[in-house]
This record gives sequence, structure tokens and C-alpha cells, in this order.
Amino acid sequence: MFAGYDFDVIERSLGYLFREGMVFTLTLTALAMTGGIIFGTLLAMMRLSSLRWLSTVAGGYVNLMRSLPLVLVIFWFFFLVPYIGGWLIGASRPIAVGAFWSAVITFTMFEAAYYCEIMRAGIQSIPRGQVWSGYALGLNYWQTMGQIVLPQAFRNMLPVLLTQTIILFQDTSLVYVISATDFLGAAAKVANRDYRLVEMYTFVAVVYFIVSYSLSLLVKRLQDRIAIIR
Amino acid sequence: MQYHWHWKVLLEAEPGGTGTYLQYLIVGLGWTLATALAAWVIALAIGAIVGTVRTTPARWLVRLGNLYVEVFRNIPLIVQMFLWFFVVPELLPEAMGDWIKQMPPPWGSYVPAVMCLAIFTSVRVAEQVRAGINSLPRGQRMAGIATGLTEAQAYRHVILPQAFRIILPPLTSEFMNVIKNSSVALTIGLLELTGRARAMQEFSFRVFEAFTAATVIYLLTNLVVVLAMRALEKKVRVPGLIAAGGAPQAGH
Repeated sequence: MFAGYDFDVIERSLGYLFREGMVFTLTLTALAMTGGIIFGTLLAMMRLSSLRWLSTVAGGYVNLMRSLPLVLVIFWFFFLVPYIGGWLIGASRPIAVGAFWSAVITFTMFEAAYYCEIMRAGIQSIPRGQVWSGYALGLNYWQTMGQIVLPQAFRNMLPVLLTQTIILFQDTSLVYVISATDFLGAAAKVANRDYRLVEMYTFVAVVYFIVSYSLSLLVKRLQDRIAIIR
Repeated sequence: MQYHWHWKVLLEAEPGGTGTYLQYLIVGLGWTLATALAAWVIALAIGAIVGTVRTTPARWLVRLGNLYVEVFRNIPLIVQMFLWFFVVPELLPEAMGDWIKQMPPPWGSYVPAVMCLAIFTSVRVAEQVRAGINSLPRGQRMAGIATGLTEAQAYRHVILPQAFRIILPPLTSEFMNVIKNSSVALTIGLLELTGRARAMQEFSFRVFEAFTAATVIYLLTNLVVVLAMRALEKKVRVPGLIAAGGAPQAGH
């Protein structure tokens, strides 16, 4: 079945694929996860706020992001970020933003909407009495949130947050549409240069599968370990 | 710094000569829906079978189902798209592979895109179906068997009709996902809505008009789907059950 295929091309390009491509993918995943969880948690707090306008704004943002295809959002930010950057520093022309930073901003903003929904469920799963006792002890909103509610919400939602991160890891491959050199982009470049599409794309699929599947097994084990017995 | 909007571009002729840019985008929406609907029908069929099989007592069938789900859940959609477009035709017998490669556009991209989205979505449908079946009380199956139904009949007449009604809300969001995910097909050359917005941006240099128009069309599509499904959900809701919200889940 594989006669006439040149699996040597994979070995020849391993260094490029992992040092350039996988490093890009993993860095992007890590930065977008960190930024996404922080921004997403803030959005969740806004959505649950008693200030009507604040929850409307946050809800609108989350629903907008969740209604659009990621590819379209990637295009949006790829063109929008240079304009906003230029506007922020008062330049007369759009500034140059590389594919990497454009991708980091895109995925942070996009994934925040999904992390927000997870954190919102996490916060809502905390009994109200926890908040009341926080206030009764004289803590203010930020102290109650930061020291009582959010730590528990994070713990409860950790498996779901990590599962979302595995999805983020897979979704970063869509930066292909802005010609960034992530793991898939690097493989695509080699594939097109040597005309070895079958070998390269099969290899890419295998690597993504191994990484995602092992991570999902780890999440499953973690889930069993941290489950709170009620 | 300012961006000069020029909305009239939507009414200007696109270079392909098929009409205005607006018409060009609407045809794109047509392709998006045609891709998503075809994929959805196949995904429902496969997902229902795989999801059901994973709740049966047949051990090897369950394993096979699990393998299927894990494989297609852990490979990024765009990579699966490339596999269907570039790799599958090469692995098939030569005559068949050539036939696929020589399909006239847009069918040469449409067929692999539909197959890819169908399989990708079927995995998520299968998970929902399995969760729906497992959420039913054991007594339902037992009562079915006790009244003399065979295992297959119990599934057909007792379990599946209830399970499908329970999982309708999560299936709605899966359907919206398949509409959104169809945009990945632009990477294999299918000119659906996002692809056409991108092409319009390249032809006309009107970046934000093109993407705003596509965004509005996607939002309107979502609205229509949500309203239609809400009406359907109301109709088929199982009386006496609290509306199934389900546990928080990670998603695309």
C-alpha cells in the first residue's frame, strides 16, 4: 500500500518540524491558554455581575465570538490588530504585527469566550453561602472572589479547562490560513517543496493524535484524582 | 488613524462576472449550508449508530466505537481536511483516486469537505447519543426486556426515542458547530462564505466591509437556526423532565 512513498522525507525534516513548527504551536497554545483563562475569568465575573450593562457587554462579546467560525475570526484579527495598534500609538498607518503575535491575540480573545462559559459554570456551582460567609467576615468583592470563590471554581473546572486547552492546541493549526509556520504550516511547506503531501500530512495527523490523546488520558486521570467526594 | 468605509462596494460587480459582491457572498452562504447540511445528515446517521453501539454489552463493538471516537476527536479538523483531500485519493485504487482528483470544481473540494465534516461531527454526535442513552434510568431497558421485547426492539421502541428527545438541545449546538466548521473547507479550495469574504477582500481591497458582511450573514444564519430549533425543542420535549442543560463541556 505504501510502495512508492518516501518516508525518509519525515526524518530529513524532523528538526525543522519540531524546532520551528512545534515550538510555535506550543508557545502559541501556552500564551493563548494563559491569556484566555485570565480574560475568560474576568468575562465570567462580568457576566455574573449585578451591573446590568456589564453583564450585557460581556454576554454580547461571548455570544458574538461563539457564533463565528474561528477561521473568520483569525482573518478579522489578522487585519484588525495592525489598525488598532496604529490607533493606540497614534500612528498614521497600520503597524506591522507578525503572524505570531496576531495569532496570540486572536486565540486569546477567541478562547476567552469559551473559557468564560466554563468559569461561569464553575462559579455558579459554588454554594451561595460561601459568598455570604465571605462578606460576613468583612471581605470585599475582590477578596471574596479571589480567596474563596475562584479557587474552588478553578478546582472544580480544572478538567474541563484542560480539555478546552487540548481543543485549543488542535485549533491553533488553523493559523495555516494566515501562512504562519506552526507545526502544520511547517509540514505543509516541506510537503509542497518536496511534493510529499501524503507522507507529511499522515505524519502530522499521527503526531497530533499522539499528543492530544495522551493529554486527554492525563486529564481523565486528573479528573479521578481531584474529584471532591460529596 | 481612520478607516474609510465604503459600503457601496457590496453592490459593485465582482471580477468573476456573476453579479455583485453581495450576491457573491450569498452564493457562498449557499455553499456553506449545502456543505453543512450534507455533512450533518451523514453525521447523524453514523453518530447514532456509533453512539448506540457504545452502550451495548458487546465488548469488541464498544472498543471499536471507542477507537473511532478517539481517532477522529484527537486530530485537528484542518489536518483531517487535508487527509481527505490530499491523502485519501492517493491511498485508493488508482482508477478511483484519479476519478476523485478529476472531479470538476467545486465538487473536487465539496465531496472531501462533506466527508471530512461528516466524520468529524459524527464523533461528537456519537458522544451525545451515548450520554443521552446513559442518562436514561436502567429500568427503561429492563422494563422493555421484561415485556418481551428483544434487545434490539428495546432500543428501537423504548430507549432511542427518549434519548433523541433528550439530546436535542446539545445536537442543536453541534449543528451550529458544523455550519461554523465548514469554513475550514476554504483551505482545500471550497469557496464557501468565509472563503468568498476572503476572496472579496483580495479583489476589492475592502477588508472590513467584506468581513463585516460575512459576520452579519453568519449571525443571521445562527439566529434562524436557534429560533427554528427552539420551536422544535418545545415540541419534542419529554414531559416531566427538567429541560436538559447538561454538564459544562469544552467546545470549539
